[in-house]
Amino acid sequence: MGSHFISTHKTFARGVHPPDKKKLSSDAAVEVLPTPKEIRLPLSQHIGAEAVPVVKSRDEVEPGDLIAKADAFICAPIHTPIRGVIGPASSVTLATGKRVKAVLIKATDEQPLEGQTLYDDVLGGEWPFEKVDQYEPEQIRDAIKSAGIVGLGGAAFPTFVKLIPNKEKPIDTVLVNACECEPYLTSDDRLMLESPRSAICGAMLAAKAVNAEKVVIAVEDNKPLAIAALKKAAEGTHVKICVLQTKYPQGGEKQTVKAALNREIPGGGLPFEIGVVVINIGTVSAIARAVLRGRPLTHRIVTVTGEGVVNPKNVLAPIGAAVSELLDFCGGLKENATRVISGGPMMGFAMGDLETSITKGSSGITVLTDDETEPISETHCVRCGRCVDGCAMGLIPTRIALACRAKNWDLAKRHHIQSCCECGGCAYVCPAGIPLVQLIRMGKRQITD
Amino acid sequence: MTEKGKAPDSASTTPPEKVNTPESAPAEPTLHIAPSPHMRESGYTTRRMMVDVLIALTPTTAAAIFFYHQWAIIQLLLCVGGCLVTEAVFTHARKRKLSLGDLSAVVTGVILALSLPWNTPWFISLIASVVAISLGKMIFGGLGMNLFNPAMVGRTFVMLAFAGAVGAPAYVVGVDRNPGNETIVTVADHTALDGSALDGISSATPLTAHKQNGTDIPVGWLVLSSCYSSLGERGIFVLIGGFFLLMRRTISWRIPLGAIISVALIAGIRDLAGYSDGWTITHHLFSGAFFLGAFFILTDPVTSPVTSKGRWIFGLLFGALVMLLRILSNYPEGVMFSILLVNALVPLINRWTIPKPFGGVVPQRT
Repeated sequence: MGSHFISTHKTFARGVHPPDKKKLSSDAAVEVLPTPKEIRLPLSQHIGAEAVPVVKSRDEVEPGDLIAKADAFICAPIHTPIRGVIGPASSVTLATGKRVKAVLIKATDEQPLEGQTLYDDVLGGEWPFEKVDQYEPEQIRDAIKSAGIVGLGGAAFPTFVKLIPNKEKPIDTVLVNACECEPYLTSDDRLMLESPRSAICGAMLAAKAVNAEKVVIAVEDNKPLAIAALKKAAEGTHVKICVLQTKYPQGGEKQTVKAALNREIPGGGLPFEIGVVVINIGTVSAIARAVLRGRPLTHRIVTVTGEGVVNPKNVLAPIGAAVSELLDFCGGLKENATRVISGGPMMGFAMGDLETSITKGSSGITVLTDDETEPISETHCVRCGRCVDGCAMGLIPTRIALACRAKNWDLAKRHHIQSCCECGGCAYVCPAGIPLVQLIRMGKRQITD
Repeated sequence: MTEKGKAPDSASTTPPEKVNTPESAPAEPTLHIAPSPHMRESGYTTRRMMVDVLIALTPTTAAAIFFYHQWAIIQLLLCVGGCLVTEAVFTHARKRKLSLGDLSAVVTGVILALSLPWNTPWFISLIASVVAISLGKMIFGGLGMNLFNPAMVGRTFVMLAFAGAVGAPAYVVGVDRNPGNETIVTVADHTALDGSALDGISSATPLTAHKQNGTDIPVGWLVLSSCYSSLGERGIFVLIGGFFLLMRRTISWRIPLGAIISVALIAGIRDLAGYSDGWTITHHLFSGAFFLGAFFILTDPVTSPVTSKGRWIFGLLFGALVMLLRILSNYPEGVMFSILLVNALVPLINRWTIPKPFGGVVPQRT
């Protein structure tokens, strides 16, 4: 509380103000994870079809080699981040609880890409803006598609699908989402600080791919250093930096578009319907790397943070590395750690199996202790309306949740349950400790099934 | 997420199941699985809301004690005690967990005491408390389930059942009822200091005096609440507490603001039209239990709408009803009845004001 009363920056209506806790890891420069002994690449990392393996056991692979190809439209190929030998068929339980097939790769002793070399390859080096004009939209799209780039913000939707031109609904703006509104997470923050040019370059490439005139990068005002770095790097380009008031869930697509562009995505619709493409900041950086350097998406920055981890860090980790590997790199869990979350505390998934892999959508690992996760006893709803005042979608969460608990689906529908974006702001603010979003989530599944 | 059966299970059980981490080190912590969000706003609970209200009521209570001495304290003790005991008896009879810890019964007791005159006979205060908690709250299922504000239910019951003792006449004959205690009517001192011969007012509430005798009272008296009235009708002291609640965001600003706008508008028009007899907007706002009702009773979250639009309607309607009753009814004051009337409309208001979701309604997939 406090800062939001005086902020003059733009934002969306309602929303909640959880403590951002970013100080835990925001000052930790990105460190490269030593190459793990083995990695498991999950073949299904997002909605859409599973990728089809193109390697067999005992094959030798070099970094960037294709491991699994995309056979369907909503699908992305997968590449190996390390040099190694393919192991026997394997599987991995993702943080969501879903068990999926995976390709096991055992690292060889000598790695061509490690440490500083790897850092420079992913984030460092030159990002020449003038090269952007040399590429045709077609080329950019193909590079993105074959590099297996998906949204790095969490949903991991294949990016090239968003960039296919639509004659009826031309795109005029590429909005780069760098809000990072989830508490604790700082991977985007560090990316903007350490490699702002790759992000701006990638944003311009994405705009070129869809012939969009405007490029806007939306950042919340709790990241002043990142904003300064971006502004400096964007000098002389047409890329605009839009500073938003810190509020959760600003990073939600609908909320970012409203806050930064003052446009409303229609209910149940997608941003392209109002001429906007929304891409995460990590994704645009990966686009720049794919187009300019021909590198597939094999590594990403993962924030390992929370009160329950010994040394919170931002780690440049290969996709497929085990979560336990990253935790060990950060000093391991503290004794009072109670919950390990894939993602941030508001929308992330609590993990039971720490041998699960980092996927393309893993923005962070948040470890909470019993202090933060103390269970509270639930009391009756007193209709204080705090969930209503906090609902970013303008719903009445208490009504919907209690209708779901009573299995009164008609009442839930009358209160527009399908509009819920499941950000969890309602359950966060509820003084009665009612699991509002959890009930609504359950109800949504029941209604759709 | 896509696995059926998983989501409902995890959603309905808040206490997380325990999953052991792989058996690597013996000191490995136990990890919990639970659905997101994994964070809750710290320290803000139902109990804390009630504590906020009690803190906000301190200036009013202190002013009541200042003006009515031990008589105010006796009423507070009677009502709070009565409410707590009634709630305990009811929870025990229904074999529920004792719910006194949420402090809602204390809030009801304090508000009830503040709505009574200082000289209310002890058994009437007790009956009001018992009715407030039992008929007002517990038979609906306890906190969060009631339709009407419990304190107002209790107050209305005794007002109708013991009209002579705690109805409007009680305030007029207040001093005469207990001949030994005139001295505690501090208003009398004020009038004496003032030198004016407003003896009629000294024993009648400003609203009653105005209604029956057309007597006006200086606004300053109303603001400083140095008039004969219910314990809680303490003008500026109520406002101070109200602002505290607004700052804490414990109550919605829309409800009191709507009520104030409504009263000011009607009183203003009436004043301009020349029907007011010198009873201005400020008189109406500061007289009677209006602020106590608008900031503390009407804003009872349980019995007020949850939507922003609904809260505006609720507040505006309340103000209009207060003015309607003050002007047209036989009662000098309309706050209590107005609250109960608008409380009854809350389910309808909620139903009428379901907001349109951000971006518009999701079209039905066919």
